[in-house]
Amino acid sequence: MLAPEKIWWKPLGRIEKTWLTVALVWCVFLTLMMPLWYFMGKQNVPAETYRTTPTQYNEKINAFVEQYKIGEDTINGITLPVVEAPAGSDVYLRASTWQWYPILQFQKGETYRLHISSMDLQHGFSLQPVNINLQVLPGYDYVATIVPTTTGEFTIVCNEFCSLGHHTMIGKIIVK
Amino acid sequence: MATLAPTTQWVKGAKDDYRVCGVTTLKVDMHTERLIIANAVMAVVCLVLGGIAALLIALTRWQAVHLLDATWFYRLLTLHGVDMLVAWIVFFEMAGLHFGSTALLNARHAAPKLAWIGFIMMTVGGLMANAVILFDPKSTVAFTAYVPLKAHPLFYLSYILFAVGALITVITFFINLVVAKREKRFEGSMPLAVFGLMTAAILATYTLLEGATAIVPAFLWSLDILPNYDPGIYRNFFWGFGHPAQQVNLAAMVSIWYMLAQMTVGIRPVNEKFSRLAFILYLFFINLGSAHHLLVDPGLTFAWKAVNTSYAMYLAVLGSMMHAFSIPAAMEIALRAKGYNKGLFGWLRNGPWNEPGFSALVMSMILFGWIGGVTGVTIGTEQINMLVHNTLRLPGHFHATVVGGTTLAFMGFTYYVIPLIFRKELKLKKWAVWQPYVYGVGSALVSLGMITSGLQGVSRRNWDITFAGVVPGTVDLTLAIFGIGALIAVTGGIMYVTIVLVSILTGERKEASGLLLVSGTNNPLLDSTKLTDEQMESKQNQPKGTLVMVFAFLVWFAVYYLSNWWLLGRTWFIR
Ligand code: HEM
Ligand SMILES: [Cu+2]
Ligand SMILES: [Cu+2]
Repeated sequence: MLAPEKIWWKPLGRIEKTWLTVALVWCVFLTLMMPLWYFMGKQNVPAETYRTTPTQYNEKINAFVEQYKIGEDTINGITLPVVEAPAGSDVYLRASTWQWYPILQFQKGETYRLHISSMDLQHGFSLQPVNINLQVLPGYDYVATIVPTTTGEFTIVCNEFCSLGHHTMIGKIIVK
Repeated sequence: MATLAPTTQWVKGAKDDYRVCGVTTLKVDMHTERLIIANAVMAVVCLVLGGIAALLIALTRWQAVHLLDATWFYRLLTLHGVDMLVAWIVFFEMAGLHFGSTALLNARHAAPKLAWIGFIMMTVGGLMANAVILFDPKSTVAFTAYVPLKAHPLFYLSYILFAVGALITVITFFINLVVAKREKRFEGSMPLAVFGLMTAAILATYTLLEGATAIVPAFLWSLDILPNYDPGIYRNFFWGFGHPAQQVNLAAMVSIWYMLAQMTVGIRPVNEKFSRLAFILYLFFINLGSAHHLLVDPGLTFAWKAVNTSYAMYLAVLGSMMHAFSIPAAMEIALRAKGYNKGLFGWLRNGPWNEPGFSALVMSMILFGWIGGVTGVTIGTEQINMLVHNTLRLPGHFHATVVGGTTLAFMGFTYYVIPLIFRKELKLKKWAVWQPYVYGVGSALVSLGMITSGLQGVSRRNWDITFAGVVPGTVDLTLAIFGIGALIAVTGGIMYVTIVLVSILTGERKEASGLLLVSGTNNPLLDSTKLTDEQMESKQNQPKGTLVMVFAFLVWFAVYYLSNWWLLGRTWFIR
């Protein structure tokens, strides 16, 4: 803490060398895990993104709901359309303070291209209890290619603070 | 009244003077002394404000209690983040920089006026931030203030004032180093602790500059001068500031670890090259960490995220793993050399467990490494982050690093600053013996409660999770663990503040008589008690116990890390 040793540039001892080597190997392993999973794993962070604007996105989502609406359901006392598009197609989800729109329905084991964007603030897409979490930004159309592997009713929680009603921002996904 | 040591002028006839510390024989510039006192006092004031907020928001998130209404919860959440993460820690670090660049080098403070300007700007900025958050409803934006959530312009201005003030203080640190070197106040290389603080200061410089690139446009945007601010770009800039800021804390904390270990057990670093290399690794790699917060953001590729989140190849993590070995190893050698040589861990059992600097050091290292570090690397893994982003697991991680780690180490260090710098007798010593344990156990429970709740999907920054209606019943249990931990940690915090206040306000002003507070009167810093080369190298003093501990750590690390991949593999397919 006070005067340093005069000559501190000494070779490492045996124990230090051992630990340094082991720790370095561990770091290399940590690094390799990510590309390994990227090529072999089934859960990867989506990267596909397009620029959009609230107006553009709204047009898309209205057309989507009109085309594939199959019923209605309520969340927080508000009636929302339930929408099911055929497997493989593009499905749209919209975040705005404080609502997820619409309610989506999927078939287990099928693939969907799920678009998510925000109309105003930043929001957080948190699918529970599956526990998949993605950031939702205005101006960005984020596309996640998903395959639901379990059935039931799932809740979308908003997990990015989006001002005072944040905790009331709840949505729904149904998997048959 | 007891007499204080006389002061001497650095240069004959000049106004600046210094005193010689009777305990450490170091020269302490009187400007340094006053600057440290001012910064430390502001740090504690902010800790109190942030601590009150901590208690209230913790009692709200503890679902069974659910104290505040939504407005006050989010407001105090914002306040807590600002006062703790920004104000308390940075003020304390500024005190540390003044100390490291002068007293530890036997040197004078070469730029006191500039340092006071920095301090005043930080104080105005800090107090202004508190006022804006408390009185302007629009400024409930959390400390991250994610664009396009718009706070009052004064909110951004307070950040700018604080950051510029901090930057000015950091500049005085470098001025002091240069002047000390030029005036030959010390010989050879600078001490390890100063080297660590210099790492922190270099990191702080570009961190604060990056902060400006994030906040200045936000300020202009809040004044409607700038029409648009892209939220993705804001996030990138903000975390280019917010994440490296945590590495400033890390480097400062590790420096304080080395100092506490030297003060309480008289270590000599096992190998200075090894420890300095570890600091250099921080310097080069840790600035890539902004990616940690953008891992599930739109618009960024896998390659960008993976390279940045891993700090190029986890080399900064390697730096931490090196310190995690070298500090306990040095402690082991020092204690073994004192004759505590039984078995693998006899030295540890015989450590000065009633000395607050020692217990704070050990608790801080355990919480930081075993909980904070392991969870941090795991959730900073690109794909695994999908399970974690914005759930309570996140604050669970950083309450282990920045609360159980950094804050606890700073608290332990304070107990020595009071007699040595404030020159006040430390009061309530018995409390000081217990405080690190109470605070450490409390923050461990806070952290574990948050992590286990987050694992079940409970999100962070959320006033009432029952709206989600999906949380399984065990969440009540884990949130209760968190809530009880919060009560214990807050008790530890109150103990700390009480000890500090009672000592400053009622302690007798006198020269310190010894370095250690309770565990004896010897002074491990003085030459006569320094370890010899033979003691450092003797076979029976080798750190075998530490080697066992670090390997146990690695096993725990691997188990936690791999089980998270397993969890990820069970969820829906996503690409
Ligand atoms: C007595 C100890 C403490 C308790 C009980 C406590 C409790 C909490 C709680 C309940 C939250 C809100 C979690 C959420 O809903 O997302 C929180 C957030 C946070 N805490 Fe603490 N805390 C403590 C100490 C500290 C300290 C010492 C620091 C920093 C040095 C700190 C930094 C933060 C930060 C940065 C946040 C995030 C704020 C945000 O999400 O905007 N905490 N803490
Ligand atoms: Cu939201
Ligand atoms: Cu929200």
